[in-house]
Amino acid sequence: MNFWNDPLKVAADWLTGIFVGWGMNDIFAHVLVVFLGIFVLIMILMVIDIFLVWIERKVVARFQDRIGPNRLGPYGLIQPFADIIKLMIKEDTTPDGADKVVYNLAPMLSMMSVLILWAVVPLAPVMLGVDLNAGVLFIIAAGSIGTLSIIMAGWSSNNKFSVIGAFRQVAVMISFEVPMLAVMLIPTIFSGSMGMNTIIQSQNIWYVFLSPLAALIFIIAAIAELGRAPFDLAEGESELVSGYNIEYSGMKFGMFYAGELLHAFTFGGFWGILFFGGYRFFGLEQVSPFLAIAIILFKALLGYWIIMWVKYTVMRIRIDQMLAFNWKFLTPVAFVLVMVTALMNAILRDAGSWLYVSGMMLSNVVVAWVSLEVVRAAGKKQRVQVEGVKQAAEAHH
Amino acid sequence: MTAEQIIFLIVGAVTLLSAVLVVTVRDLVHAALWLVATLFGVAIVYTLLNAGFLAVVQVVVYIGAIAILFIFAVMLTRRQTAADTGAALNKNWWAGALMSVLTFAGLAYLLQSWSGFSKQASAIPSGFDAINELGGALTSPAGYVLPFEVASVLLLAALVGAVYLAFNKK
Repeated sequence: MNFWNDPLKVAADWLTGIFVGWGMNDIFAHVLVVFLGIFVLIMILMVIDIFLVWIERKVVARFQDRIGPNRLGPYGLIQPFADIIKLMIKEDTTPDGADKVVYNLAPMLSMMSVLILWAVVPLAPVMLGVDLNAGVLFIIAAGSIGTLSIIMAGWSSNNKFSVIGAFRQVAVMISFEVPMLAVMLIPTIFSGSMGMNTIIQSQNIWYVFLSPLAALIFIIAAIAELGRAPFDLAEGESELVSGYNIEYSGMKFGMFYAGELLHAFTFGGFWGILFFGGYRFFGLEQVSPFLAIAIILFKALLGYWIIMWVKYTVMRIRIDQMLAFNWKFLTPVAFVLVMVTALMNAILRDAGSWLYVSGMMLSNVVVAWVSLEVVRAAGKKQRVQVEGVKQAAEAHH
Repeated sequence: MTAEQIIFLIVGAVTLLSAVLVVTVRDLVHAALWLVATLFGVAIVYTLLNAGFLAVVQVVVYIGAIAILFIFAVMLTRRQTAADTGAALNKNWWAGALMSVLTFAGLAYLLQSWSGFSKQASAIPSGFDAINELGGALTSPAGYVLPFEVASVLLLAALVGAVYLAFNKK
């Protein structure tokens, strides 16, 4: 076993050896090494997060036909560091009548709910925090801590706008958790496990080919979960100024902002893991774990780019439209899809892989087509109704 | 004392403390937040018992859904009013305290008379998948399929009832 095949284990063994050599207790050395591993992972994520600010600004600039940050350093790469210095030396304000403990706890919880997600992300076949057998549920659980942090921030700021923003955001998050959890069951049905590593290992054919509709619903629900456009009605700067984080300044605001960016990147990664084979890419992941990390980071960035693409292309929708879209369309479709997939899986389990894939894909197409037809019929009926009312009103005049 | 026992003692103490704070703090939102801390402590106890699935479900259901809805409801009603300045406990506090002490004593007596009480838990065999076992037990006729289905019907009835109550009769 050498460093290039299993770097994490080799490094951990080496460090444990050193600590034990210093006369440390075996268990204590092990715990210390695990803590150091978590610390290093969080450090790397925070550094990635710094560059995500730069990526986000550069990409939005391109979408809006601008250049973006280009003054500090090559391609403006030093800009995010300047931003961080600015955030750190800003005055740290606390509004009058704020609930201080809750107010200061909220940004930490927000960041934590994102970082905790990386505990179940397999970076390479041999590099992962924990192979939790309830990994899919763990994502939802971490998301509920994020919801809690937003409601805490909104309530403790003692500001009407922040409370309204928190209400909207939480309404979005607890609604879209439902279709998200439902479609995350589809990779579980295919792989027979909720563990992230098993889901990746069993993707000889990417699940996006087996269930394109599930991949689509997942990314829509993820965008809503992130509170990004078109579901950024919690922010609504024209009506709510900034939403739940309106009273936060300096690095506390920075933690919400950085948390959101890292969250988007992480969900891009989960999209890649659940539907695009995670670290797998034509056997390249077997060559070296470092290549596998590069592949999964690339897929996460691609997912992040698509989330940005949607954000800077579509407009914000109203809260009633959002709720109707979720409860009357997305959730029923997701539930029907789970049931159809489970049924097809039971029927086609022993069939050949080509039959399995085409059958699954066909069932997805049928579900999508039927649901669109139902929506079209309902829309037509509504339109006829509205036009009938209009005509009646005109006749009345 | 093993590391696990130390962690259990700390988690248990924090959980109990937050549980007491749930019923004693003035502010309703603070009470709900302490409730979240209590539920989180219970989730950690599940993790210590090697029931990772239950721990995650605990967080999803109790913190993600129930506690959030509690906070939502409290926030929708009011922030702070003069009504919050009365006595924190009413006259029946001793009855409640007595009931909880009796319940604890009863449970402790029952558990203490159980043969497995002082035994060390046997190690989990490698390759044992708790979720698979749980799923099998909940859906096999030899297991708990009947209670599971009855609970499902009960929840469905509750759902239908909620829809009926909230339905806007025109």
